[in-house]
Amino acid sequence: MAECKVHTVLPDALVRLFPEAPRRLDLAASTVDELFEALDSHFPGMAECLRDNRPSIRKHINVFVRGERAVLSTPLETGETVYILTAISGG
Amino acid sequence: MAKRVLLLVGTRKGAFVLESDESRLQWSINGPYCEAWPINHVIAGEDGALYAAGGNAWFGPAVWKSTDLGESWTRSADGLAYSEGEAPVTSAWSLSSAHGRLYAGVEPAGLFESTDGGKSFTHVSGLRDHPSKPDWMPGAGGLILHNIVRHPDDANQTWIAISAAGVFYTADGGKSWEARNKGTRCDYYPGDMRYPETGQCVHCIVMAPGRPERLYQQNHCGMYRCDDGGKSWRSVEKGLPSSFGFPVAVHPHDADTLYYIPLNSDSGGRYVPDGKAAVWRSRDAGETWQDLRTGLPQENAYFGVLRQAMATDKEANAGIYFGTNTGSLFASNDAGDSWREIAAHLPVIHSVESVTLDG
Repeated sequence: MAECKVHTVLPDALVRLFPEAPRRLDLAASTVDELFEALDSHFPGMAECLRDNRPSIRKHINVFVRGERAVLSTPLETGETVYILTAISGG
Repeated sequence: MAKRVLLLVGTRKGAFVLESDESRLQWSINGPYCEAWPINHVIAGEDGALYAAGGNAWFGPAVWKSTDLGESWTRSADGLAYSEGEAPVTSAWSLSSAHGRLYAGVEPAGLFESTDGGKSFTHVSGLRDHPSKPDWMPGAGGLILHNIVRHPDDANQTWIAISAAGVFYTADGGKSWEARNKGTRCDYYPGDMRYPETGQCVHCIVMAPGRPERLYQQNHCGMYRCDDGGKSWRSVEKGLPSSFGFPVAVHPHDADTLYYIPLNSDSGGRYVPDGKAAVWRSRDAGETWQDLRTGLPQENAYFGVLRQAMATDKEANAGIYFGTNTGSLFASNDAGDSWREIAAHLPVIHSVESVTLDG
């Protein structure tokens, strides 16, 4: 696991499925994929909510890093903030 | 001890549980459950828990579970995924609990099983190994595995239905599957190609009580019965106003009594014919039909009923229930002779099931 510590912001709709999870937390990860693994180690089942089997970030989940939409391999740097957001979906 | 009759309702915005006593006259409504996720099917498992199959555009598929009749729910998607590179599972569509196994049908079509009460699932991969798999085509609801029918006495025998691929049957617990579509039409194919081995848009299949070899089917193109476990189907639509509809239900104690809800046509709006609601009942296994309208709206009714949205209970004087895509729930406590609207203004109703509890 990477040494980098990143600030992570989770969407409210996800936290409602994992009541023990905070909206904001710091985790060690050097890529988005590693961040999902770190989340899953704390909150089992969370990674499969964010990542599908292709594997890719789920179609209606947006991950923003440095102001850009990220993919699983996007590198992360210590101290930066990763925003995980739910896209406009539904009806 | 007084009985409690529950209706388990899956909707576009969550699961609901309605409750009545055995008179089935007054109903309470509880919900929406499951975080108001789209819920495609809710059942009572053989372990007494409620299970709800659904999926959400953000977080993918899940099977929800309640061990307190809906008061609280947990969810799991553990194992509800295909191999790397395959199209992801978007939603769980259908559930069946029997013989110690919980089956879940999903979109895109496939079957998963759980042997730990819905905590985790494994792919029943034999179904997607069927040689027809590359030709499976999605219908309006997607490429969905929407019906799972278990043999009551043999854990290895199961029938499943996929739109639009057809009915498939396994006799070895899911290792191998064979198509069971002989006699069912594909009116959307050219004339001499209308009876293929697979590709049928089956809408719903149910098993007759006490006669596991008898199945009834509502298809995109016709209503059918078989008396040989699906080896050969024959049309039973003569006398009905339309051959198009979605659900079929069978009386809980009489293998010859069944219920269809014909809609006008696949291209005419897909609502009840002429805006007048009717459930059609046959008491002779589909040979003749009677329309049941008492208590159902007979003007300006432009609703449809989706494939999993009709059910029966187990009472001696059978309760029959159906939910509409306009959020109304209708109930009969006299085997279909008369009807009452027991809920309105619910979200689009995807499914209805019932369970009776003692005390």
